[in-house]
Amino acid sequence: MSGRVTVAVTLRVLDQLRHDRRTIALILGVPCVLELLLQQLFGRHSAVFQEVGTPLLGLFPFITMFLVTSITMLRERTSGTLERLMTMPLHKLDILAGYGLAFVLVAIVQATLVSLLAFGLLGLDVAGPQWLVVVLAVANAVLGSTLGLLVSAFAQTEFQAVQFMPAVVFPQILLCGLFVPRDEMARWLHVISFFLPLTYAYEALARTAADQLDARFALDVAVVCSCIVLALALGAATLRRRTE
Amino acid sequence: MLMSVEGGAVAIQVDDLRVVRHGAVVLPGLSCDVAAGSVTGLLGPSGSGKSTLIRAIVGVQRIAGGSVQVLGQTAGAATLRARIGYMTQAPSVYFDLTVRANLEFFARVLAQPEDAVHRVLADVALDEHERRVVSTLSGGERARVSLATALLGEPELLVLDEPTVGLDPVLRRDLWNLFHRLAEDGTTLLVSSHVMDEADRCHALLLLREGQLLAQASPDELRAQTGTRDLDGAFLRLVEEGS
Repeated sequence: MSGRVTVAVTLRVLDQLRHDRRTIALILGVPCVLELLLQQLFGRHSAVFQEVGTPLLGLFPFITMFLVTSITMLRERTSGTLERLMTMPLHKLDILAGYGLAFVLVAIVQATLVSLLAFGLLGLDVAGPQWLVVVLAVANAVLGSTLGLLVSAFAQTEFQAVQFMPAVVFPQILLCGLFVPRDEMARWLHVISFFLPLTYAYEALARTAADQLDARFALDVAVVCSCIVLALALGAATLRRRTE
Repeated sequence: MLMSVEGGAVAIQVDDLRVVRHGAVVLPGLSCDVAAGSVTGLLGPSGSGKSTLIRAIVGVQRIAGGSVQVLGQTAGAATLRARIGYMTQAPSVYFDLTVRANLEFFARVLAQPEDAVHRVLADVALDEHERRVVSTLSGGERARVSLATALLGEPELLVLDEPTVGLDPVLRRDLWNLFHRLAEDGTTLLVSSHVMDEADRCHALLLLREGQLLAQASPDELRAQTGTRDLDGAFLRLVEEGS
């Protein structure tokens, strides 16, 4: 691996985003608008806004980066640029780390912006530290990126890649414990939720909101980090130098 | 360095190469070689296996049998990556970036200095368009951005898949002059084309049809061998003789 190539990839991805002002506006604007909608819909002091506001803030970067990464990687695969890069003197991890770094930077801006709005103006309360919500949001963005990278290998078109979002993300959001506490779920759903990374991402956010930074919180964070490493390893395996 | 039958150094040696793609045999067992420092044309109709052979040479094609030796090493070897410039058939550059940003990115990846970007842009006559976003360029201009990228690292071997498609005759002539300049400086070039009239600008030709090598010869040898005046005629004669 070389830092030079990683930085080159990061700068290039950011440059591509810079040329796409509308996407930047959507990435930064949509979570803010949704957070505002939630507050207006249920009211500043409602239990719903207070309970859903933090997970929304913390999980939104996951969804955004899942989509952005799966589409950008798919483009890279179909346009021939990935094939070209694979003939050049670089390590596969250079490409992945370069992408990861670029999207982490975007996620930091996104999560900071939404949290300034939610904590500052909309009156969202968390018992735990607010910065920790931002840190978890960025970790979730990385998780979303690595999963997006992985599924991009299974999509041939952008239509398919977009459809992976509801297929991969929605069930995880439904089963993560946000809508129905996991203990109250049907047994088989509870079992499935045990294997979904977003369950732990949500759990960590909920515990931060309740200021329960205990061993269970540490375990949740550890599981999210392990999922990132696993998805990255599987994603790296899909970047092949030789193809059929 | 390997030696060809004629005694010159060989840059690419393909032996009994077999490639199967998506269940179809594309190259059933191809053998050919490319002399070092030559401009070798890889000619044949579309679907004849040119791109597959090229992909095998640059080491991105999974192969089912045989061997491909490039600059004395097995194709795809990690140490070859800095020594080969590859231009894919579709312009594999970032359409949402400017010409310059594309080249600067690939220059960074290849650890090339800033002047390399200026040099290759001048080589393909795109220096005036360096601030344009690639998606706003014409097909021929996009292809030249892709070609410029392949030239960046001053590679010993340039493998170009249809670099002159869609270019006006003046530009085509200029690019062929560039290819010959590079060859005089010691670069080996393998250039694919489906246009027979470009064949005359090559030192050697590989004629491919349906995954089979119809001929490996110089343009003059080919005309003498088939008793034809133009290379299109030579190609037809070879196909008729083969069937």
